[in-house]
This record gives sequence, structure tokens and C-alpha cells, in this order.
Amino acid sequence: MFDHRKRLIKWVAIIFFLFALLIFSVFLSLMIGVMGPIGKGVPDKEKIDMEEIFHILIGKENYPSIHKSIILDIRLPRILLAGIIGAALVTAGCAMQGLFRNPMASPYILGISSGAAFGASLAIAVGLNIFGLNSVQILAFSFALLDIFVVYNIAKYKGAVPTANLLLAGIAVGYFFSALVSFIKYIAGEELRAIVFWLMGGLWNASWEKVYMTFPLAVLGIFILFLFSRELNIMLTGEISAMSVGINAEQTKKVILIFSTLITAISVSVTGIIGFVGLIIPHIMRLLVGPDHRILIPSSCLMGATFLILTDTLARSIIQPSEIPVGIITSLFGVPFFIYLLRRKKMVRWW
Amino acid sequence: MVVRIKVKNVSFSYGSIKALEKVSFEIENEFVGIIGPNGSGKTTLLNCMAGILKSDGCILINGKDINKLDRKEIASEIGIVPQIPNISFPLTVFDIVLMGRNPHKKMLEFINEEDIKIANDAMKAVGIEHLANRTITELSGGELQKVIIARALAQQPKILLLDEPTAHLDVHHQIETLSLIKGLIGKGITVIAVFHDLNLASYFCDKIILLNKGRIFAIGNVNEVITPDNIYAVYGIKVNIMQHPESKRPIVVFP
Repeated sequence: MFDHRKRLIKWVAIIFFLFALLIFSVFLSLMIGVMGPIGKGVPDKEKIDMEEIFHILIGKENYPSIHKSIILDIRLPRILLAGIIGAALVTAGCAMQGLFRNPMASPYILGISSGAAFGASLAIAVGLNIFGLNSVQILAFSFALLDIFVVYNIAKYKGAVPTANLLLAGIAVGYFFSALVSFIKYIAGEELRAIVFWLMGGLWNASWEKVYMTFPLAVLGIFILFLFSRELNIMLTGEISAMSVGINAEQTKKVILIFSTLITAISVSVTGIIGFVGLIIPHIMRLLVGPDHRILIPSSCLMGATFLILTDTLARSIIQPSEIPVGIITSLFGVPFFIYLLRRKKMVRWW
Repeated sequence: MVVRIKVKNVSFSYGSIKALEKVSFEIENEFVGIIGPNGSGKTTLLNCMAGILKSDGCILINGKDINKLDRKEIASEIGIVPQIPNISFPLTVFDIVLMGRNPHKKMLEFINEEDIKIANDAMKAVGIEHLANRTITELSGGELQKVIIARALAQQPKILLLDEPTAHLDVHHQIETLSLIKGLIGKGITVIAVFHDLNLASYFCDKIILLNKGRIFAIGNVNEVITPDNIYAVYGIKVNIMQHPESKRPIVVFP
């Protein structure tokens, strides 16, 4: 007999633990910075202390406005943005790996990142300004969606979209956009530096505005992908097998693609291309909690948020007062941990 | 409850290659074996009947055209056991069997105690309840085959389609599995299975469909279909047919 109650309790415990970890990482990150409490740069008496952070968070007024601004306008939005983008990228990664049944799948596998990179580079190079809005973001988002639209329609054959076609079309269109990005970089002149920085991805220009822009879409997308856990599980057994238990494989594929694309596109357009997170965190969580998407998606989502918050904190504090792109940190710290798990669990044979 | 399946003028082609041409037959609550050489259209016919491939012509189940039903409606009438799927993820056996309840669930509807009971009963029916906690990646070919059969049973289908259900099994498990499947006929389930082993088909089936190059070459009871002439015409080998001492069914012997 299979004891599904016992498993449910285990799953709740996992989620509870990961949630606690996330809350801990948020507070840890709030405390780190030049102005302290953890960090070097200013004399001790000018530092913000732990109690003060807590008071500022719950809205007590009697503190220097510079302190309030550091906590509420600089650190907090950046942490929240890192959290939601980590969660979004990792959820999209889980969904793509499940859908394609392929360990190489990541949120960027269908060329979304290259499309976004082209849009962003174009906006930066031309110095585009549409309606005074952030044109880099808008173009990045639009070209990411355009990429998927083109890929999907190339891959379509007789009303069905075979996953192998999708992968190949994605790689092809991705290369096409990458070539265009290279071309823009080649002729860019002094905008080159801005383009390169955008391509590396980072959260240094986080703001409340960006948090508001990202949150609704990302939360909706993550939630819908979570609702498709059962379908994703069944799709793991193969498309014919999924159809035989009543799954409309094509429609399911479409929904999963649409929402993974949306949350990836919004993330990339806000922060640039942060690699590694969406590829490796789902693998790490699959090794830790198993392949069942009902637990894999929520736990990966929490872990992704925690991971990006912590790595971004490192990125902004390791060479204070300057910072390094978070993508470098995610890989430098994530890869050794992943290799350790891979060797210890010896579960590569899943694929 | 009697299930009547009517297959009328069903054709299917993969691009320019015709896999099935105007196949028609009727069956009613019996164990039907589909035999024929490689590439004769056996699996294609099964997939058309399961609505996985959209065929020309019509397939009626108690008068309902399956080409007009959606996937969940089909899956609550028809269970199909494909040739062993390659599942490389360590999902538990219980979860795989429970997937059979999907056709009866609305989108977002939760699995309830009844579904769990049905899944447990399905595992018991094929004798794999002791494997419930194991992961699918640890199983032998025969065990995996039974898991997939249990999953199809959890769908509570009226019709069960099996693609070479004994391909990966040893003699003991072949007989065991087929006896179990034969037992389903008494519970009102119509079974249609593809066979390569003519003697197993002869021993277990009520009716045989012999396919050749996408067409029905012969259809009828085992003694009518499994004859030296038919076998020679379709498979191109000369065989002797003997009679089983007890069941009086034909046994194919290779000279």
C-alpha cells in the first residue's frame, strides 16, 4: 500500500522548510550592505542596526530618512525583484525540462534570451525612447515573444508541434538573433559597454516600479504552471502515453509553453540574461525532492527565489562598494554544489 | 453491459505510405487478437481505435464516433497499453497507476479516496500491489508492463487495447498476464490485443484479425484464420497446424 498521507506530510514539511529559508535569506540580505549592519564602509555609529531595520519595515518613523531610503527603496525592492525573478526562471526551467524530457532544457532553450537580447541591444544602440517608457525593457519583452511566435510556427507540422521540431527551431532562431546581437555590438561604438552589461544580467537597477511590473505576470505564470503539475507528470511518460490517459498533448504543450515564455520574457526584459539559475536549480531540486511536479515546482520556486536573493547579495557585497554581475556568482557558486550532488546521488541515469 | 465496436472503412497513411486501407469489422465483448507481419498496420490500427491517430472512416463505440470525442471522453471508454513507454523519471508505481484516473477528473479536480481505492484495486488485479512504493525506474520489463496494464485498468475502460502485451515477458508471465486479461472479458471489458506469437493468440483469443499490408486478410475464429494457407500467404513461411489436445485450438508448428 502506498501511504499518500505520509508523503503529503513530507511535502508540507519540505515547503515549510524552504519557505523559512527564503524568509531567512530576505532578512540576511536586508542586513548586508555598505551601511551595515553587516558590511564595511562607514563608521559604526552611522550604521543601521538590526533593530532599526525591523522598525523601519513595520513603519516606525523616527529614523534618519537616508536609512529608511536604503532599506525601503534600495535593498527591499532589489531583494523582492531577485526573489520573484529567481522563482520565475526556475519554474520556467522546471516546466521546460519536464515538457521536453530533456536535461539540457532551460527557460532560454527556445531562444527567448537571444530574442530579448536583440531587442535590448537595439534599444540601447539606437537610443530608442518610446512614449518615455523604458524602451529597453519593452523591446526586450517584445522580441522575446516574437522569438517564441516564430519558433512555434516553424515547428508546427499538420497542427501538431513535435518537441524535437521545437528544440531545433528554437536553436536556429536563437542563433539568428545572436548573430544580430553580435552585429549590433560590432557597430555599437560607445554603447557597447551598456549592451555587454545588459547581456550579463543583473539586478543593480532594481526599483519598486520594476517589482510592480514583474510581480503580477510572474505570480500568475508560476501559479498556472503549478496547476499543470499533474499534466506535466503525465507528459513525463511520453506523449502517446499521456494521450492514452486523456491528456490533450498539443493543448497542454501550448499552455505550458505560453506561460513559461511569459514569465521568462518578463524576467529577462527586467534584469537581462541571468544564466544558470533556470537550468540548474530544477536539477538540484529534482535530485533532492524527486521528479513529481506537484512538489518539484513549488519547492524549486522557493529555492530559486532564495538562491537568487543570496547570490545577488553576494554580487553586491563581495567587492564593496562596487558589484559584479550576479550571473557570474550564480555559476561560480552553483556549479560546484550541483556537481557535488550529481556525484553523490549518482542519479544522472534518469535522463 | 455490451460494448459494440464498429470499424467502418478506416484508412490511415503516414505521408504517402498507406498503413491502413479500408479496414472494416465489428466486435462485441470478446477477446480479439490482431496478428500480421511487421508493418502490416497492427499498431496503427490500435492507435486509430484509441483516437491517438486521426483516421479516415469511422470508429463507432456503441454508436459514438470516437473521432468526434475529446481525449478525456475517449480515455474514459478506452484504455490503451502501448508498447512499453520509456519512462526515465523515478515516479512511483502508485503515481503512475493513479494517472489512469485522469480521464475521470476535471481540470484542477483533486484525487480523492475513491481514486486511490480504484488505483489500489487495479494494482491488486495485476498482482503488483507490493511494488506500489517502488519507483518506475527500478522495475524489470515485465513489472513495468504490468504497471501500464494496471494504469489502463484504473481508467475503468469498456475497451482495453494492448500492443504486444507479452513482448517483454517470460513464459510464466506471458500466461499469467494473458489469463488476467482474458478474465476481464467476464467483467464486460472488450479486449483487443496485437500479437506476434501466433500460438498465444490462438490459445487466448475468441476472434482473430489477420492483417496484411494494411488490409484485413482474414477475420474469424481461431480455426478459420490460423490455417497453413493463410499463414503462407501472409507471412511467406510454410507451417504445419496441429490441434491442441484439450482446447482443440490450432497450434502452429514450424517444419
